[in-house]
Amino acid sequence: MIAAVERPPVDWFALSPELSLLAAAGICLLAAVLVPAGARRATAALVGAGGFAAAFVFAVLLYDRSPDGESIIGGVIRRDRFGAMAALIIAGVGFAAVWISYAEPLKEHTAEYYSLLAAAGAGMIFLAHANSLMTLFLGLEWFSISLYILCAIDRERERSLEAGLKYLIVGGFGSAVLLFGSAFVYGSTGQLQFEKIADAVGAQNLAHDSMLLFGLAMILAGLGFKVSAAPFHMWTPDVYEGAPSPVTAFMSAATKVAALMLMLRVLFTAFPQEARSWTIAVAVLACASLAVGNLAALVQTRVKRLLAYSSISHAGFMLIAIASNNELGAKALVYYLIPYSAMSLGAFGVVAARERELGGREVTLENLAGMGWERPLLGVSMWAFMLGFAGLPPTGGFLGKFYVFSAAYDRGWLWLVIVGIAATAVSLYYYLAVIRALYLRPSAELQFAAGGQPPRDILLNLGVLACFVVTVGSFFAAGPLLDLAGKAVQTL
Amino acid sequence: MTAHGWITDVLILLPLAGGLLVWLVPMPRVWIAPTALLIALFEIGFWVESLVRFDFDQGGLQESSRLSWLDDLGVSYHVGMFEGFTVWLVGLTVVVLAASIAYGLWSRRDRPRAYYGLMLFLTGAIVGVFTSQDLLLFYVFWEAMLIPLYVLIGVWGGPGRSGATIKFVIYTMVGSLLMLAAVIVYGLQAGTFSMIDGGTNASSWIFLGFAAAFIVKAPLFPFHGWLPDAYRESPAEVSAVLSGVVSKAAAFGFLRICFSLFPAGVHDFRTPILVLSATGLVYGSLLAFRAPDIRGVIAYSSLAQMGLIVLGLFATNNLGINGAVLQMVNHGLISAVLFMLAGAVERRTSTGRLDRLGGMARGRPALATVLMTIGVIALAVPGSSAFAGEFAILAGVFQQGWMYAVIGAVAIILAAAYVLRLISAVLHRAPGTAVTESALDLRPAELAIVVPLIGLLLFLSAWPAAITDRVIG
Repeated sequence: MIAAVERPPVDWFALSPELSLLAAAGICLLAAVLVPAGARRATAALVGAGGFAAAFVFAVLLYDRSPDGESIIGGVIRRDRFGAMAALIIAGVGFAAVWISYAEPLKEHTAEYYSLLAAAGAGMIFLAHANSLMTLFLGLEWFSISLYILCAIDRERERSLEAGLKYLIVGGFGSAVLLFGSAFVYGSTGQLQFEKIADAVGAQNLAHDSMLLFGLAMILAGLGFKVSAAPFHMWTPDVYEGAPSPVTAFMSAATKVAALMLMLRVLFTAFPQEARSWTIAVAVLACASLAVGNLAALVQTRVKRLLAYSSISHAGFMLIAIASNNELGAKALVYYLIPYSAMSLGAFGVVAARERELGGREVTLENLAGMGWERPLLGVSMWAFMLGFAGLPPTGGFLGKFYVFSAAYDRGWLWLVIVGIAATAVSLYYYLAVIRALYLRPSAELQFAAGGQPPRDILLNLGVLACFVVTVGSFFAAGPLLDLAGKAVQTL
Repeated sequence: MTAHGWITDVLILLPLAGGLLVWLVPMPRVWIAPTALLIALFEIGFWVESLVRFDFDQGGLQESSRLSWLDDLGVSYHVGMFEGFTVWLVGLTVVVLAASIAYGLWSRRDRPRAYYGLMLFLTGAIVGVFTSQDLLLFYVFWEAMLIPLYVLIGVWGGPGRSGATIKFVIYTMVGSLLMLAAVIVYGLQAGTFSMIDGGTNASSWIFLGFAAAFIVKAPLFPFHGWLPDAYRESPAEVSAVLSGVVSKAAAFGFLRICFSLFPAGVHDFRTPILVLSATGLVYGSLLAFRAPDIRGVIAYSSLAQMGLIVLGLFATNNLGINGAVLQMVNHGLISAVLFMLAGAVERRTSTGRLDRLGGMARGRPALATVLMTIGVIALAVPGSSAFAGEFAILAGVFQQGWMYAVIGAVAIILAAAYVLRLISAVLHRAPGTAVTESALDLRPAELAIVVPLIGLLLFLSAWPAAITDRVIG
């Protein structure tokens, strides 16, 4: 006789953002087979956008209806505003990513592309909801596998294949490290759920248990790969450069949201007793990322690599928020991710537009020349994104940095504020280099697009415009957004 | 409280909205510049209204308006006119910016939408700096000044503009970021970022953070590395704004923020700052005397004048501060006129090098008259407003040590030397190689821009007490 397995009640509503995205992914896959080739791309894009829109709406409802956090489905999933906030941002990013992707010149697998995009989004949202080391690993692999394929989807291009392979190997290694660490934590505490790990540590007085600390370090390292924090960042420039630009746009924004918010959740709920150790570890990761990201970005001439290093340095800024280990820091992280994801998505979107205009050639600082004057909308948006990355007003990037620094100061770590400020000063040089390329080249040096009509890519322009609005809007509407972030953090 | 402050909101928002209007609303190309100028003139009108409304005897914060922004940290959108000096500096801003926009119109800058949009945006940002009553808001406007300046210099500037913009931005941003750290530390310690409610703070480090930003932006010796390049490579009217108005934002920062929030820091660091200012005053004057081109002379004289102004402020007595505020307005107008005249000369001779100029007075009476007049005011002949300002500054700083007054007096003699050298090198001597017969006199349009500014200076010469009696209520 098989013993009756007690099945936990499932709160389907808490999973509705993931489910709507999975449904969209499934429909897209069917479309890849059933819809005639001519209509395939449009159908799949529409379904993908619909999936992300539905996920966004469900995330709003979930946020509204989860004023108190609770662990559900046998305690492995957390239903709270924090997760809902992550779902909101990821769904928004995915929605705009569909627009940006639409005109990408992929010869085949167009429907599969949107299916994978939706699946990756679902995995990220699932990760942000994870409340156990098992679901954490599941969510991580779920979106990573989708992203491995997305990176390599442009099979005509060697670099795309290379990016996929590199990401697969390094990402697989990162996942293995994370799993390894989870095993140690389980071995030490006998628990997988985050709160229960904390309880076990408290009850058995394990806070200085070396096995547990080793496991924690491995988990941090594994997540470090995903957020591309130095010294686990090696894959980032190559993968960001090789992957199709819209994929990079989605990946750079959404992965950071999921992985950083999850990192905050794990550290805050599962390892509060070890805070003395992990705050220092995270601060060290932050400093390393700031140093590596900013210094390496200084010498880049290819825009995608430059943005990749910039994303490493931003991982550093956001890790400062986590290292602060206080409510202000958590709030700062959630808020920072909103303009950051818009800026990152938008900046890679502009790169995608330029790439298409140049017939697939690589976008360098050289051949960005004069783009600001030729394409006013994309130029001004890119300008705003760079100002936002550099932390200048009037963009949300400025207030994000302001809150991150405030949190670090509140924690009593003025030195971390100083490091962040030094990094910002260095970063100005290369962000201004992009603006210089867009606007300041003398007209004799301008390289106009190679013949023909400029591509009229309304969907991409709309996507970039949306990112621009969020970047600037999150500055002016910072009050309400911080309110949302604050409420989200309280349910953690 | 909020009902009274609409005029300050308008002074900030009108140019920002105007900038967006010029940039986005479709209109024939020829309308763009006049629209921008009209907005700038309206801005002057609103400033006159605020001048009439401001009660100088009462002083304090007036015309204020407040909206909550980031409640959790105590940040708010809070603007208003704090004491009389704010009114005068806002006035200087709107007048010089309007003149610069008019100059841009006359010189037919290309890409007009972007150009005038940025000029108006810059106007709003500078007025915002002068009227913010919240430190984070102040920082936001402070950085917002940099963005249009970067593009204005970078796109419309001279051949060396690329290096000039990088130097300018990196220098000023390093100073500003130190200020950001100081803002954060101050705000979190006080529990509010309001300059009105925050109270004083005795920390030297916070004072130094703010002072770093102001010293670089002013600039004071030895942090002036960006100055000659930026002033030489900018379009003439942007140089006018940079040296006439933006540098005053730094002096204003000392007066508004350091004096009211960090009296202990001001007291502790008075001597080093006085020494830096005095050094800069002499050093700038000497360099101005040796500079090979018109813009170089004006740029280094600007360094010297900022030294003098900060000297007056850090006299920390009424006499010195009143003189410094008068001198801020004087120097703002003088350097604006000088840079525009420099632009006019460069346009006619395609060079600013003094060894290739000369003899321009012959057959060009308007240019000669205007340059002589402004030169005489600039070198502070008795009776001019600059004389009144400098005299008050020296009398004020005398109380901090007779040495400073002596150094200041020597520098004023040097000022006479470099101004006269500039005048003679441009107007007199034999005609230079770059000066052709066909180089025209100042056109009526150019006169219409600079003569009102000179008129204001003559008015202040006749009645300097208009400002010095109305600095702090």
